[in-house]
Formats: sequence, structure tokens, C-alpha cells
Amino acid sequence: MSSSVLYDAPGPKARVRNRIYTVLGSLAVLGLIAFTLYRMNVKGQLEPEVWNIFNNAGVRTSIRDGVVTTLKVFAVAGVLSLVLGLLLAVARLSEHKTVRWAATGFIELFRAIPLLITIYALWFLFLTYKNGLGVVGDNTAFWALVIGLTVYNGCVQAEVIRAGVNAVPRGQVEAAYALGLRKSQVMTMLLLPQAVRSMLPTMISQLVVTLKDTSLGYIITYSELLFAARTMASNIIVNGENPITAVVIVVGAIYVALCLALAGLATWIERRGRRAKTGIAVAAATEPSVVDGTD
Amino acid sequence: MNVLLDHLAEFREGFIGTVLLTLASGLLAMVLGVIIAGFRVSPVPPLRFFGTAWVTLFRNTPLTLLFLVAWFVVPVIFMPGLSPWAKALMALGFYTSAFVCEAVRSGISTVPLGQAEAARSIGMTFFQTLRLIILPQATRTVLPPLSSIFIALTKNSAIAGAFSVTELFGVQKLLSDQGFAIAWIFLWVALGYLVITFTISGLFRLLERRMGVAR
Repeated sequence: MSSSVLYDAPGPKARVRNRIYTVLGSLAVLGLIAFTLYRMNVKGQLEPEVWNIFNNAGVRTSIRDGVVTTLKVFAVAGVLSLVLGLLLAVARLSEHKTVRWAATGFIELFRAIPLLITIYALWFLFLTYKNGLGVVGDNTAFWALVIGLTVYNGCVQAEVIRAGVNAVPRGQVEAAYALGLRKSQVMTMLLLPQAVRSMLPTMISQLVVTLKDTSLGYIITYSELLFAARTMASNIIVNGENPITAVVIVVGAIYVALCLALAGLATWIERRGRRAKTGIAVAAATEPSVVDGTD
Repeated sequence: MNVLLDHLAEFREGFIGTVLLTLASGLLAMVLGVIIAGFRVSPVPPLRFFGTAWVTLFRNTPLTLLFLVAWFVVPVIFMPGLSPWAKALMALGFYTSAFVCEAVRSGISTVPLGQAEAARSIGMTFFQTLRLIILPQATRTVLPPLSSIFIALTKNSAIAGAFSVTELFGVQKLLSDQGFAIAWIFLWVALGYLVITFTISGLFRLLERRMGVAR
């Protein structure tokens, strides 16, 4: 760990002091937890009846349905955003000025606009022209959410993939052209495979963001996990009030578990890629933070 | 076009609301983030544990869920009667603080080891080393990620609008409910956000240039 350099290996005095701090710190953390539990108890949130609702089959079903719906949105939006990301990355690296400019404009615009704004505008648009839209019209909130997520995350994925393509040594491209490969062959057989392989951890970390952002469906009243849970909580009355606290804690735990699992996958792939001797260096499993295309 | 001119007052209020909310929660996130980053590198295990737990929790929770917590859980359990603005400030500030913490922590690890060693050898304590030697030098590497964190914060503040705080998304919601053409509203609201995010990245680029001293 890099931090150990910030302080010396403790001597006898420092050990005593650290021990005192450890006790004080533990007490503070425990105190915080105890205070939270105490307040919850005072407000009747720890009563057995409140938590007993999770033994109810209906409650379980609606939470399960919520998880399934969230995962469905995530799966569709995740796959579509990766496809869009690939297309936009290729378009942005194109030799044709118009294609390159169009892709750049699209990426810069939709990355700068809050996702919620896009989703809400799409939802409103779909609701307005509901009848003429066929499949989309039947499930406006779903498609608004999916397309909004796809557009935004596709733009971010495009930037990530482009960074990967740019990391491939120039000599490889020249060698490929010298062998007589076409432009499309160089892209599909040489650049993209290496870019995707090296950027996979970062791309999965962006998928974690996609997963978290599916919760924006709550705002356009789409019944993903958060909205389903909230609706359910407001339909149940235990001890004279809605068990929102309990439901929020459970739903929060589900989200954290899902995101941690996905982030764990990213870290695992990163570590696995680091062991390999071939190819370009694997990127870190962190969320991409490219602000503007200056990199 | 007319939507903007006819409802300039709403747009202006929404714009100012977004700016204020971003500024306030950015400040809260900075303070919390630096403190938690200090916790995470400290020699005291419980504080390190607290820092790690904080970051893991807030980085893996959807912001919408945090807003739900701020709206329906915090008033019940801790303090009733908070204004929506204060609740939005807390949700945004806590969420962003986890990201600031990670940026600061990785900035700390880029400061050359010799610096901390030198500070220790002239007898500085952990706190002095961090405050006087490490953090000032970490600032340089932390600036670029901070810039994108604040831009993300600006965009995230749109969620507050859905929870009835006056800001730009609230304006979009209000006007589209009144039946104005969504495309124009979208365009103007998007422009409002673009102005703010470009200002942030411009300011940070200026800061970077001023701080960018050759090592």
C-alpha cells in the first residue's frame, strides 16, 4: 500500500498513541452505528413486524420482478451502448471529414447533457407520438430509458474504445497496410480487437454506471427495482406507516451487491490481462474520466 | 424559440438553481472527500475501515436511491423538516464525496515517495506531512479528475429537479407538462447545462495552467 510511507513504522510511543486513536476511532464508528440503530428503534423501524414484510410472498415477488426488470433494461442498454460505442468510435476515427465531425458532434453533445434530460425528453416525445411508433409506443418508458442510456453510455464507450485504438502502436498499422490489408480489415482485424481487449476493464466499469443509471427509470415512473419497491412500500402499512426505510435498505443492498459484482469482474479481467505478456497494456478498472476530446 | 423568451424568468431561476446547487454540493463534496481520503491513508485502522466503507457504499449506490433516502428515510429517522434544497445538497454532496475521495487518494499516491520520507525525517507528524507536503503537491494531479467529477455533479444535479428542487430539469418538466414543444425546451435546457459544464472545464484548465509547475 502506498500510504504506509506517510507514517513511520511506529515506535513504542506511537504504538500507544495509535492504539488510543484506534480505540477512539472504533468508538466513534460504533457510536455512529449505535446512534443510527437507536434512532431507527425510537422511530419503530426495527420492530419485527416491519421486517417481517420480507417473508411475504407478494413482497418478495415484487422485489424479484423489480430486479428482473432492472437487469432487463441493463442488458438491452448495455449491449446496445457497446454496439453504438463501437460504431461511434469507428466513425470518429474515420478518414472522411463529414463522418468524423458528425460523430464528434454527437458524442460531445450527448455526453455533456444530463442523462435524465435526454431520457425525459425521449419519454415525452414517445408519449406524444405514441400511436405512430409501433413497438416503442406500447412500452414508452422502457424504450425511453433504454435509448437514453444507450445514447449516453454509447458516447462514453466510444471515447474509451477510441483511446484503446489510439494506444495501438502506429507501426502495427503501417505493417498491416504494407501487407496489403484494407482499411476495414485493419480496423476489424487489428485495431478493434486490441482496443477492446485492453479497454475491457474500463468498459465494464462504465457498464456499472449504466446499471446504476437504470434507476433513473424511477423518475419516468418505469417500474424498475427502485420504482417497484417504492410503489410496493407505499401500498403496505405496518404499525400505521409505510415501511419505506426497510424497503430502501434492502433495495440499496441489492444495488450495491449487483454493482460490486460487476466491478469485481472488471478488476478480475484487469488483473488477468496484466499477467499476459502480449498486446498493449490493459487499462485500469476505473470509470473513464475523459472530459473533452483533448486526450 | 418563443419558449425561451416567454419563460425567461423560469429558465433564469432554473439556471441559477442548478449553479447554486452544484456549487454548494461541490463544496460539501470537496470537504468531505478530502477528509475521507485522509481517513483512508491514516495509520488508524477503524478510520481506514470507515473511509473504505463510505466510498464503497456511496460509489455503488444509484444517486436516485440516495435521493429517496434523503427524502423518505432521513426525515423519519434523523431530522424532520429539512428543506428539499438541503436534502438534495446532502444527497449530491455525499455521493460526489466518494468520487472526490478516490481522486484525492490516487493523487496522493502520485507524489514521489521521497517527499513523504523527507517530511518524516525532519520530524513531521502524519497530519503535518499530509497537510503541508503531500496534499499541496497532490493538487496538481487531482485537478483533471476533479474537473470531470464536477461536470458529472452538474449533470447529476438534474435529479434534484425531479424531486421538486428548482433547477433546469425542473423547468423542462414544468414546461413540457404545460404542453410546449419538447424539442425546443430540450435544446434550451441542454444549452444551459452546456454553459455550466464548459465554464467548469474552462476554469479547471485555467487552474491547471497556473498550477502546472515543472517538477
